[in-house]
Amino acid sequence: MRYAMAIDTKKCVGCSDCVVACQTENNVPHGYCRDWIVENVNGSYPNVEIELRSERCNHCENAPCVRCCPTGASHIVEGGIVMVTHNECIGCGACIQSCPYDARYSHPEGYVDKCTFCQHRLQKGQNPACVDVCPTKCLYFGDIEDPYSDVSLALKNRTWKVLAPEAGTKPQLYFLT
Amino acid sequence: MKEELFISGRDIPNIDPFLNIWHWQIPIYLFLGGLAAGILFFAGLFYVLGKEKEMATTVKWAPFVVPIALVLGLIALFLDLKHQLFFWRLYTTIRMESPMSWGAWTLMVITPLSMIWVATYLKEAFPKWSWRFNFIEQIIDFFTKKRKEMAWVMMLLAIILGVYTGILLSAFNARPLWNTSILGPLFLVSGLSTGLAAIIWMSKSKIERRILSRIDILLIAVELFLIVHLFMGFLAASTVQIEAAELFLGGQFTVTFWVFVVILGLIFPAVLEILELNGYHIPVWIPAFLILFGGLVFRFVMVEAGQITRYLY
Repeated sequence: MRYAMAIDTKKCVGCSDCVVACQTENNVPHGYCRDWIVENVNGSYPNVEIELRSERCNHCENAPCVRCCPTGASHIVEGGIVMVTHNECIGCGACIQSCPYDARYSHPEGYVDKCTFCQHRLQKGQNPACVDVCPTKCLYFGDIEDPYSDVSLALKNRTWKVLAPEAGTKPQLYFLT
Repeated sequence: MKEELFISGRDIPNIDPFLNIWHWQIPIYLFLGGLAAGILFFAGLFYVLGKEKEMATTVKWAPFVVPIALVLGLIALFLDLKHQLFFWRLYTTIRMESPMSWGAWTLMVITPLSMIWVATYLKEAFPKWSWRFNFIEQIIDFFTKKRKEMAWVMMLLAIILGVYTGILLSAFNARPLWNTSILGPLFLVSGLSTGLAAIIWMSKSKIERRILSRIDILLIAVELFLIVHLFMGFLAASTVQIEAAELFLGGQFTVTFWVFVVILGLIFPAVLEILELNGYHIPVWIPAFLILFGGLVFRFVMVEAGQITRYLY
């Protein structure tokens, strides 16, 4: 099993509902966020193209944050989700330095925090909070090894890209273009 | 075509707009670690070569600085941690893939080792020194007989420590400025050179200073060579690394790097040392201070600039 997410950049309107849903669901401290919206503007008016992306941790297959963690606090659990054990994290910042997506931050309490794909919801058979709340239904989540999962079906007939593939991290967020 | 990237609503402390998660503590530690590695390496080397008497400062007295430097470095590292009460987690595991784990364990061994090395010379430094307890006396006697073995271990660990200060940074492929394998050797050579500068500063023997100056000039030449290769490598690499190099070739770090690190920290002291070897009288502290200061600035610049560089997607 390999959890992955597809984000339809053509359907996303950049409303930030996913950001707020995540902050509420995961008690993210004020001023921090585990997911965020990127607006990529190409050209200038009237010949302008905007790509909207809801971004978060890529839960990389070759995760540099897990590799460089000196205590093993950053680890990969079933389904390929990259997790941080709070009471093993010493807050050295190595994983924050190693992430090409800047998806991690230093929680005010000291440990490093990031997106968990809402693992506590997955265990109950639910989708991540951001996926459930999206008003345009532009987020697809599921097991990418299952050809009939939401994410596999979303990727099937569309072109897609991943972010910074040259970083060699094998990211698991797929952006439908 | 004009391309712009906005991240709406995100302003996380120390992450946006530029990563700035490591502050003064890390470069200070990298400097002190390199300095300690340099001094210990040459102490071990000249002991093994049987030059304990001729090179007394190198073998016996300069290492007194090392435990102090390492303890201060460890304090700096500790201050950098954000979840400090859990620092002991470093020592409940060994993670082969994590340079920081390697470094933590190396420090765990080399710090006490340097203290023991110094302890075996304490009586020579202070003839009235007494260990008070017999068993401490016996332990120190035991290690005094094992100095040769300790010297070999010290040399090996000093090289690991010196390389580690560079590898710590180069393991992060998300920061293009750091992500080059030449950083390990570069930091090692720079650390050895700062270590030599400290020994030269302390030494009162003219012969010893001459030998050390010659080695130092060679090390500075190697360091300059590695710096040239660093930039050649960047300019021949991908966009993100070319942009990283441009921070030093016209960008915001140009003056700091080329003036304080390369000219005042390497070329000028090397010229002074060459003049000194050719009979000109130059106060020894000038080149020594410049090398140490250049080494410190080098580490500050690398840590600061590296965090600014990133993948743009």
